[in-house]
Amino acid sequence: MRRKALTTATAGLTLAMALAACAGTPTQTPGQGQSAPASSGASGAAEVADAAVGKIYNPSDKKGGTLKMANTADWDSLDPGNTYYGYALNFARLYGRSLLMFKSAPGPDGNTLVPDLAESLGKSSDDAKTWTYKLRSGIKFEDGTPVTSKDVAYAVARQFDKEVHPNGPSYLNALLDWPKGYKGAYKSKDADISSAVETPDDSTIVFHLKEPFGLFDYIVQMPMTMPVPKDKDTGTKYQEHIISTGPYKFEKNEIGKGFTMVRNENWDPATDPNRPALPDRIEVQTGVNADDLDNRLISGDVQIAVDGLGIGNAALPKVLPDPALKARTDNPVQQRTWYTSIIPDVPPLDNVECRRAIAFAADRSSLFRAYGGETGGITASAMIPPSLAGHKEIDLYKSPDDKGDVEKAKAALAKCGQPNGFETNISYRTERTKEKAAAESLQQSLARVGIKLTLKPYPQDDYFALYAGKPSYVKENKIGLAINGWGSDYPDTYGFMQAIMDSRDIREAGNYNLSVKFPEIDKIIDQIKAEPDAAKRAELWSQIDHMVIDQAVVMPSVYGKALYMRGKGLTNVFISDSQQMYDYVGLGVQQ
Amino acid sequence: MVTYIIRRVIGALAMLLIVSIVTFGIFFLVPRLAGATPEAFAARYVGRGASMDTIKLVAERLGFYDPVIVQYGRFLKGIVLGTEYNTGAGVEHCPAPCFGYSFINQQPVWPSLMDRSRVTLSLGIGAAVLWLLGGVATGVLSALRRGSFFDRAAMGIALAGVSLPIFFTGMISLSVFSYGLGWTAPGGAWVDVTIDPLQWAYNLLLPWITLALLFAATYARLTRAGMLETMGEDYIRTARAKGLLERRVVVKHGLRAALTPIVTVFGLDFGLLLGGAVLTETTFSLNGLGKFSVDAIKNNDLPAVMGVTLLAALFVVVANLVVDLLYAVVDPRVRLS
Repeated sequence: MRRKALTTATAGLTLAMALAACAGTPTQTPGQGQSAPASSGASGAAEVADAAVGKIYNPSDKKGGTLKMANTADWDSLDPGNTYYGYALNFARLYGRSLLMFKSAPGPDGNTLVPDLAESLGKSSDDAKTWTYKLRSGIKFEDGTPVTSKDVAYAVARQFDKEVHPNGPSYLNALLDWPKGYKGAYKSKDADISSAVETPDDSTIVFHLKEPFGLFDYIVQMPMTMPVPKDKDTGTKYQEHIISTGPYKFEKNEIGKGFTMVRNENWDPATDPNRPALPDRIEVQTGVNADDLDNRLISGDVQIAVDGLGIGNAALPKVLPDPALKARTDNPVQQRTWYTSIIPDVPPLDNVECRRAIAFAADRSSLFRAYGGETGGITASAMIPPSLAGHKEIDLYKSPDDKGDVEKAKAALAKCGQPNGFETNISYRTERTKEKAAAESLQQSLARVGIKLTLKPYPQDDYFALYAGKPSYVKENKIGLAINGWGSDYPDTYGFMQAIMDSRDIREAGNYNLSVKFPEIDKIIDQIKAEPDAAKRAELWSQIDHMVIDQAVVMPSVYGKALYMRGKGLTNVFISDSQQMYDYVGLGVQQ
Repeated sequence: MVTYIIRRVIGALAMLLIVSIVTFGIFFLVPRLAGATPEAFAARYVGRGASMDTIKLVAERLGFYDPVIVQYGRFLKGIVLGTEYNTGAGVEHCPAPCFGYSFINQQPVWPSLMDRSRVTLSLGIGAAVLWLLGGVATGVLSALRRGSFFDRAAMGIALAGVSLPIFFTGMISLSVFSYGLGWTAPGGAWVDVTIDPLQWAYNLLLPWITLALLFAATYARLTRAGMLETMGEDYIRTARAKGLLERRVVVKHGLRAALTPIVTVFGLDFGLLLGGAVLTETTFSLNGLGKFSVDAIKNNDLPAVMGVTLLAALFVVVANLVVDLLYAVVDPRVRLS
C-alpha cells in the first residue's frame, strides 16, 4: 500500500489552516539503513546505538562513491511544485534549491533556517505583509542558464494550478494576494501577478501577503520556491525531466521504478555553503517490498530507506535482541504526540470533573507499553513534544509509578455526580495495533473506577472523514474518547499545535480535533500570530498546552519515537530535527 | 480451421469487452451506487491538506462529473482511437491503444504495461521452463519407480511446494541464498535480457525457482498419475512385446498420451501466471505486471487497474486459444478435419 505516511492535515483557504500538521502512523513500517559490523572504514567509527542522534556518525568530507537508496512506495511527485511527503522535501534539496532551507546539521541545529538561493533570510515589512528576498549571484540551472528571480516567480505561479499540481502544499495559494480569478501560470498565462509576487530585477523577489504572517520564511524553504525555467516546463510531465539547480541532476528517471542522479557540473559549491555533496552518484529504487528492504539494509545492498519511517515490525524482533544490529540503530524522539481526545460533546464528559477522572485513572505506564515501550516513545505529560518551543512537562495527573491515581479519580467522579462511574465508547484505527493496545489499556485502567469503555475500531482511511472526525457521528454514537496522533509539518510549534487547537477550524467532517473548543485559546492563537518575539510565542503556547491538559480535553500518552538503522558504508550520518529522519543532504559514502 | 480460429477470436473480443465492462463497473459504478460523490473519488488523488477547490478541480480534470456511461465510452474510445491529454503546459496525443493516464503519477498506462510485461514474461517463461521440465521429469521418474524412496521424497516435496505460499518460500530463500550465502541476486535485481543475458538469468534465478516450485509440484503429481495410468494400458504392453526400447516406450507411447492433460493445465496456468507473478514480483521487488497491478489497486489508480486487467484477460484468452490449437498437435483424436 502506498503508505499514508503522513495522514493529513487541513491546510485550507484560511491562513490558519494553511499551516497543516499531520497525523502519523503508529505502526512503524519499513526501515532504514544499517552499517557494517566492523568496517565503517578508515575513520573507525564505533557502532553505538543513537550515534547519529544529536551528533554526526562517522564524519567525513571525502567525496566519491555511489549512494544506494530505496523506497517502499513512490514519490507523490519529484516535481518540486507538486510534492508534500516529508521524505520528498528532505530529498528534493539534492536536486533543487529553494529560497531558504533547513540547515543540514544534527539535532536541534537542523531546525535553523539558512539562506539557500537567497542571500539572507527574508526581509519583512513592518506589518509582516511584504517579504523580500535577494538571490545569490552565480547560481545556474543544470544547462548553464543563470537562475533569476523570474524563474522563482514562475515556479510559484505554476504550482498555483492545483488541477495540474494537486499534491503540493497550498500555503502560497492561501497566503499571497493573488489577483481575482487567477488560475495559475498555465491557464492565466499573461495575467499580472504583481499583487502577489514581484520581480523588480533579476535578483530580487518580493512576496505580497493578504494578511500579516511572521513565519513566512518557513514557507519559502519548501520546494515550491525551487526555480523552474518557463521554457522547459512541461506541466505534469516536468517530473520526468526536472531541470536541476542542486548538486545532483537526473541521469535516468523511470517513474514508478526508480532513478539515478549524477553530479550537476553547473552547480557551483562556491554559491552553496549548505551542501557537502559527497557522493558522486545516487541510485534510487522505488516500490521495493518493505520486508525485503529491511533485509537489504542489513545485508548492505541498500544504504538508506528513503521513506524515513523506520524499521518495519517484521524486522524488529531480529534487530532489537541482536547487539551488533541494535548498535546500528538510531531511536530519536519525534515531533509527534500520541494522545487520546476526551470529547466534551458526549455526556457526562461535558463535566470537566468526569474528564479529569479519566486523566487520573489512566495507567500511563501501561499506555507507554501499548505504544511500543522503549523504542516506541517516551511517556508524555504535555501535548507539545520536547523538541518544539514551548514544551513543558505538565504534572497535573502525576501518580506513583505512573499507574494512575484511583483515589483522585474516584473523588473527581464524585464531584462530577457519577460516583459509580459511567459508560462511554473509545474509537481507534482498526489497522493500528498500537492504538488498539492503547484503547485496551484505557479500558482496563478506567474499569478500576467504574468507567466502562466499549472499543470502537474504525478503518483508518475514513477515520476522520466519517467517524472520529465527524461531530455529528461522534455525538450520535457517543464516542467519548478517541485515540489520535499528531505530528508537525515543520519544526515550529505553530505548525504542530494550531491545527489541533483552533476551534474555528472545526468543520462538518474530516477534523483532527473535536475536543479542544475554547474561545480563549482561539484568542491566544491570534495573539501568537501577531507576536514577533519567539520567546513570548513559546510562552503563549505553553499556556495553551497547560489549559487543555488542565481541562482534560486531551490526554497525551507518549511522544513518538522511530527506530532507524544506519546504512552500511555511510559517512556523515545524522538525524536532523527538521527532517526527523536521516538528513539526505549531508550523507556520504565510505571510500 | 480458419473459421474455427475466426470464431474463437470473435469470442475472445466479446469476452474482453465483458471483462472491461465488469471491471469498469466495479471501480466506477459500484462506489457511486453506494453514495460516493465525484469529490470523494477525486480526494484520493490530491496531496494532504488539499482544499475542496483543489479536489473539485481534480474531479473535473479526471472527468468524474460525467455519467459513468460517458466515462466508459471515453475509455473505450481511447483504446480504439487514441485520445488527447492536457499536461497543463500543453496537449499531448496518446495514440491507440490508449488506456489513459495514471491518476497517481500521470504516466500513460499502455507504455508502462508494455515495459512491465518484459519483466513478467521473463519471469513467467523462465519459471515455466523450469516447472515443466522439473515437474514432468519428476512425475515420470516417480511413476516408473512407484513406491521407491525417490517417489516418496519427490511427492513429499511436491506437496510442500503446493502448500507453501510464494511470499514464504521467497522470503526464506532470499534470506538464505541472497543475504546469507550471497549466491543469488538480492531482491529488486533486474537487467534486460538484451543487455546482459547472463546477468538477466542470474538475477532471475531465485524468482524462477520460487515460482516454479509452486507449479512444478502440481505437474509432478499430474504427470505421475497420468503415467501410472498409461503405463498400465494394453498398448504399452504391446509396445514392449514388440521389443521397443524402454526409453521409447516411456517417451513416445507413455508420456505422449499422458501429456494432454498437462498441456491443458499448462495453458491455463500460463494464462493465469499473473496471479503467481503478483506474489513473486512483490516478494522480490520486481517491477513487472504483477507488482504494477498490486500498486494500482492499492492506490486506486483506475486507468492502471483497467489496463492490467484487460491485458491479463487477453493473456488468458490467448493462452487458451493456443492450448486448443495445440491439442490437435498432441492428440490426433481431436484434430479438426
